[in-house]
Amino acid sequence: MTGFQELGGKAVVLDRANVDTDQIIPKQFLKRIEKTGFGKFLFYDWRYKAEGVPNEEFVLNKPENQGATILIANENFGCGSSREHAPWALLDYGFKAVIAPSFADIFKQNCLKNGILPIVLQEEEVKLLIAKGKEKAVILHIDLVEQKVTDHEGFKATFPISDYWKTMLVNGWDEIEITLQLDAKISAYEQANNL
Amino acid sequence: MGKSIVDKIWERHIVHKEAGKPDLLYIDLHLVHEVTSPQAFSGLRMKNRKVRRPDKTFATMDHNVPTINRQQIDDQVALNQMTTLEKNCREFGIELAGINSPEQGIVHVIGPELGLTQPGKTIVCGDSHTSTHGAFGALAFGIGTSEVEHVLATQTLWQSKPKTMKLEINGALANGVTAKDVILYVLANYGIKFGTGYVIEYCGDVIKNLSMEERMTICNMSIEGGARAGLVSPDETTFSYLRGRKHVPKGEIFDQYVENWKALASDEDAEYDKVIEIDGSDIAPMVSWGTNPSMTAKVDGSIPTEAECTTELEKESLARALAYMGLKEGQKIQDIRIQHVFIGSCTNSRIEDIRAAAEIVKGKRVHPGVRALVVPGSQFVKRTAEEEGLNRIFEEAGFEWRDAGCSMCLSMNADVVPSGEHCASTSNRNFEGRQGAGARTHLVSPQMAAAAALNGHFVDIRNLNKVEAL
Repeated sequence: MTGFQELGGKAVVLDRANVDTDQIIPKQFLKRIEKTGFGKFLFYDWRYKAEGVPNEEFVLNKPENQGATILIANENFGCGSSREHAPWALLDYGFKAVIAPSFADIFKQNCLKNGILPIVLQEEEVKLLIAKGKEKAVILHIDLVEQKVTDHEGFKATFPISDYWKTMLVNGWDEIEITLQLDAKISAYEQANNL
Repeated sequence: MGKSIVDKIWERHIVHKEAGKPDLLYIDLHLVHEVTSPQAFSGLRMKNRKVRRPDKTFATMDHNVPTINRQQIDDQVALNQMTTLEKNCREFGIELAGINSPEQGIVHVIGPELGLTQPGKTIVCGDSHTSTHGAFGALAFGIGTSEVEHVLATQTLWQSKPKTMKLEINGALANGVTAKDVILYVLANYGIKFGTGYVIEYCGDVIKNLSMEERMTICNMSIEGGARAGLVSPDETTFSYLRGRKHVPKGEIFDQYVENWKALASDEDAEYDKVIEIDGSDIAPMVSWGTNPSMTAKVDGSIPTEAECTTELEKESLARALAYMGLKEGQKIQDIRIQHVFIGSCTNSRIEDIRAAAEIVKGKRVHPGVRALVVPGSQFVKRTAEEEGLNRIFEEAGFEWRDAGCSMCLSMNADVVPSGEHCASTSNRNFEGRQGAGARTHLVSPQMAAAAALNGHFVDIRNLNKVEAL
């Protein structure tokens, strides 16, 4: 994972609440044993009609939304199954951040572990972005260090993130590598507890 | 101030604590299945890392496996995932209950069955329904594949302590009301994110009087309310379920374990971040009508109307769900016709579920035009049911009797509901496309599913019982 301090790009609006991971990546695509190549299956049942014909009504298929790197959605995004294939699909498609008023816990963790930034903004702020995004393409700038989302038209919002995850993402650190440095402590715990 | 069971388990498992960081928690049991593990093993291999404690890791295959003619697997991609798990377990020295093992089954059914699941343990699995194991007073939660890799490599996880919620259900359940109805009722009333950020502790008279299998059904669906984990303080019901199971110590050591486990139960004066109280006598048999588990009504009720929605978002969600489900606002639940019945999944596929469904089916016939499946949760459940002759009851009624697996809960294998058709399902999720593209799922208890199979639509099993009593 490579570290980053800021992100920028076109945002696309998926104005739905409770988008579950079965919608983000349907189960028939979970049989592969790689982490890559899931982008073409992202939101498959919404993106395509029967026999793989693109559904032109779906936001990701609209010409003006091509090349989007930020997804804006409604509350409780990523609920349901723990499948990490969901962030893998988002990442492979090109998304680097998701903005929503709230996220499901496991999905949020899975995003962070893959370098996707799950940004929680106030409900009113997300509403404003959704309204803007429905009119025309929104270009957002995300500053991870300052924890700020801005656009060129005066939109400004701050988002929470723990110091732990900010440091991990800025540096692109491997969590396992960090934990393995505590190997002696883990062994001591095992000994003390007869494990 | 007293401590809750979550506080106690958490404290016992901290390996490393440092300001500004989550706690590093030790993991006692890591369950692995074929779908969410291959990339984790590849990750280990790429960095030349080992599995730290293969003896605390246990694998099975359940999501992909066929439930019929399992000697011949036509889906080459699924087969590759299964053989990959076999290869990974061999290479890293992990015990595997493979497709031909007598211990094979849904990971959340076999963990408790084999006695791997025990009070006080931290248990993880790359599957959101890991919350099931909380029924034993374990802290059990689902993780993603990166975390699977982390646990394989280190036997630990970085975790921030979740908030705690006490969900107390008092009173008594009416005849015909099951554990499944309890959790569906909770979701119908509190929604699908009321538990986000929390571990739910279920307690009260209703929970106390439930069997272990019933408690598992409730804990299983904690994640449907957004809670990564749900649990029940261990008691005599827990201990007598565990006594004599394969991976549970025997004799005097067992008695010592029990003393230890007793001390885990939440203190009377434990404090919680949130408390919810529910009157058990208000719960009825429940049926989901929409596209998430909170879109659920009592069997003698109706689908809500647009006029009852309080927000725009709610209105939109109702309209979308009804369009997908092919149903109308205000429609009576008992008027919904079904073409498929699925009795199975980590929520409701244990022997008590199979017995309860069989009791309703006995001597009757599946309604013409309904396809009905019973998929036991494990090969052990299957054998037990067959010893009791339950398979014959189902087969004579026109049900199909299958081998163990996740099957039609998520339809990764060939057990799929066709587009536009309705399925009465004992599983846990009714999301769009969950049982097949365009499939329309209705979540119910095993008894309600069995009764729907016989009638071709939903019926109130409380009335069924009354008729029989006459």
